[in-house]
Amino acid sequence: MPEAVLLGGEQTTTAVEWVVFIIAATTTLLGSFGVIMARNPVHAALSLVGSLFSVAVLFLNQGAEFLAAVQVIVYTGAIVILILFVLMLLGIDTEEDLEDEPLRGQMPVAVGIGVLLTASVFALTQLVGFDVVTGTPEVTAAIRDDMPNINQIGRLLFTDFVVATQLAGVMLTVAVVGAVVMARRPREYQPIPEPESMDAPLSLDPTDQGADNGAEVAD
Amino acid sequence: MELFPSDAVFTPDVSWVALWPMVVMALGGLLLLTISSLGKGRIPRPFYALWAVLTSVGSFITAIPLWAQVHGWEDAVLWYDPEVDPTGPFSTVGGVIAADGFSVFLTMLIAVSMVAVVLVIEAYLDREQDRFPEMFALTMFAALGGMVMVSANDLIVLLLGLETLSVAAYVLAAMDLRRVQSQEAGFKYFVLGAFSSAFFLYGIAFIYGATGGTGLVHITDFLAANVLLGSSGLMLLLGLGLLIVGFAFKVALVPFHSWSPDVYDGTPSPLVTFMSSVVKVAAFAGMLRVLVMAFESAGADWRPVIQGLAVLSLVGGALGAIVQSNVKRLLAYSSISHAGFILLGVEAASDVGTAAVVIYLTAYSALVIGSFTVVTLVARSGDRLHTLTDYQGLGRTSPLVAGLFTFFLLAQAGVPFTAGFYAKFSAVIAAVDAGTAWLAAVAMLSAVIAAYLYLRLVVTMWFVDPAAETDTSHVGVPAAAGIALAGCAAAVLWIGIFPNTLTDWAERSVPAVVQPAPPNLVESGDEADADVEFEVGPDGMPGMPGPMPGEMDFGELDLESLGIDPAELEAMLEGGDLGFDVDVEFEDPPG
Repeated sequence: MPEAVLLGGEQTTTAVEWVVFIIAATTTLLGSFGVIMARNPVHAALSLVGSLFSVAVLFLNQGAEFLAAVQVIVYTGAIVILILFVLMLLGIDTEEDLEDEPLRGQMPVAVGIGVLLTASVFALTQLVGFDVVTGTPEVTAAIRDDMPNINQIGRLLFTDFVVATQLAGVMLTVAVVGAVVMARRPREYQPIPEPESMDAPLSLDPTDQGADNGAEVAD
Repeated sequence: MELFPSDAVFTPDVSWVALWPMVVMALGGLLLLTISSLGKGRIPRPFYALWAVLTSVGSFITAIPLWAQVHGWEDAVLWYDPEVDPTGPFSTVGGVIAADGFSVFLTMLIAVSMVAVVLVIEAYLDREQDRFPEMFALTMFAALGGMVMVSANDLIVLLLGLETLSVAAYVLAAMDLRRVQSQEAGFKYFVLGAFSSAFFLYGIAFIYGATGGTGLVHITDFLAANVLLGSSGLMLLLGLGLLIVGFAFKVALVPFHSWSPDVYDGTPSPLVTFMSSVVKVAAFAGMLRVLVMAFESAGADWRPVIQGLAVLSLVGGALGAIVQSNVKRLLAYSSISHAGFILLGVEAASDVGTAAVVIYLTAYSALVIGSFTVVTLVARSGDRLHTLTDYQGLGRTSPLVAGLFTFFLLAQAGVPFTAGFYAKFSAVIAAVDAGTAWLAAVAMLSAVIAAYLYLRLVVTMWFVDPAAETDTSHVGVPAAAGIALAGCAAAVLWIGIFPNTLTDWAERSVPAVVQPAPPNLVESGDEADADVEFEVGPDGMPGMPGPMPGEMDFGELDLESLGIDPAELEAMLEGGDLGFDVDVEFEDPPG
């Protein structure tokens, strides 16, 4: 069981943590560079996988097992796969001409925003230090240091929030049923055209309702 | 030093009585889907309608013992169950589900509305020769979401109930695959609804940041004991504002109403009965419980906002309806105006106001279900005749349908001896009672404007000759829709003439702040050798998830099997280093 690093607690960094950090940080950076340098969009997406996965390793190194798992499941597992699907469905899995920018001037803007974000993170750590939690910590539950947070979250999900967990299941069922309903197109269906009355002139006189309602369209 | 071993699991206390109405609804929906997929279209459609009706009735019946437990058996009808002990309002499953007069009454209201809605859907599907058991299943799941919302005592659970309800409603809006309008309605509803849910969730995050919890009881206690200043106060205000925006979208208040006429117009007409009754009941119930109960002490912050929304909705709804030439859009604007009236009760932030909201929601459900049932019938095959032209001369060709519609419309306008009058009256009284007589005056003025649009429809039906393109065929009333119409009309008349019964119920339907029952400790043995009772201080208890002040009685515990050494416990008790008061009676004192 990895040792959790507690906020405000005694922070020790072992040699293993250093090594893992250096490797994961390097692959994160390499992956990020890969995303913007690769000429092939599929390669860029795969670099993104590498980068996001390395961030998951960084989370793990910090004792945030749950975040690491979610990072892998949601980002690497779902979002990037979705991106890859779109790339392959659109058939742009070949080299793209990077000189042809669909959005003019996006590169300098991206560089500017990146520099700004980095600067703000540095400014934040310099101004308020590293041991910061938001909210009102004195009323939130204490972080238990004898149990990985994934266990603690799991316990909460199946004790205090068991209704929410079950309800989320029902909601996902509804979403699946809804998707199936929406995707279905029975052959015998005759489309009914839109009524033209949507554009009818408005009148305050109850006797003057000469709007054409398209009644003759379908029988 | 900790009393409990680190792997001890505290499970919340579960009262199944409070959960049965929801469980029945959920199981009914799931079983219906299973049966329909196994039957592969061989099962006749009325079976599904019957199933949905029976499930709703079952949900209603299982709410009766809950009613009895909250109010006492003398008020419950139909059966007596000695197992259920009348305990008054309580909350269960760790305090996330509230069982009080408010939740019980509205759960029952949703179940009854569901019966009427299902009947109307059946009449519609029969006319369209459509086999869509999913329509029933989705309304059932949506009703489940609504029931969760009316009893949610935790913002997260409230959000999940809202999402269950909304996701089902998005699909229902787009359910008519033949009309592009329906697809458009579903898409608009989905995009705007998803935005409003995001606002809502963002609000929850801020409120969690400011108060340290998502439980409504926790928030109530926290705000009663603390004054939030500076950034915490700002965070609370931001969260509150975002929550109000989320609710305002769902109940279509001006200026968050623009989706509502389009969605009502595009949605298959029988499903509008659902959207305008169950969805509104659930959303207003959630809004009332959050604002009036949990944020009672922040009333000075949110009441002006609600007053503003009420004025805008009352006037905007009435004025917007006047210029409509489509009956569904007209009724959509009228429902915005009704929402403004309901806000009068919310804004009052009092028991009178809550009772007014409950009365209004009950009367309004009967009124809109009745009105949109007529709209469904008049639309004829294809669900397409919705303009005022199509209603010309309806009084001559189909006097029964036109007569019922006239009755529902007059009731919506607030004619005395109908439910509409009594509901409006209660809302106005609540506003005056809360010291906002000016708002009551605005409401009454807007009711006068709104009366014009209802009368315009009535005049169109009875006194205007049908135009050349008007379909003058007789509008028949199928049996299923007839039952729904009769039920709604009876309810409207009954509430209008004998309002006392509803008032009695409504006055007891107030949300209650109840602390959750103590959690159970999962025991591994059955030999109890100590009676442990804790009094936990405000900091909670070491080894337990979350702060949980109050008294907790763990009852008889088998200490050995929990890994607690009685001698060690005794030493801890004498040492006094536990950080909380604990009262342990040993059956067999150690040493």
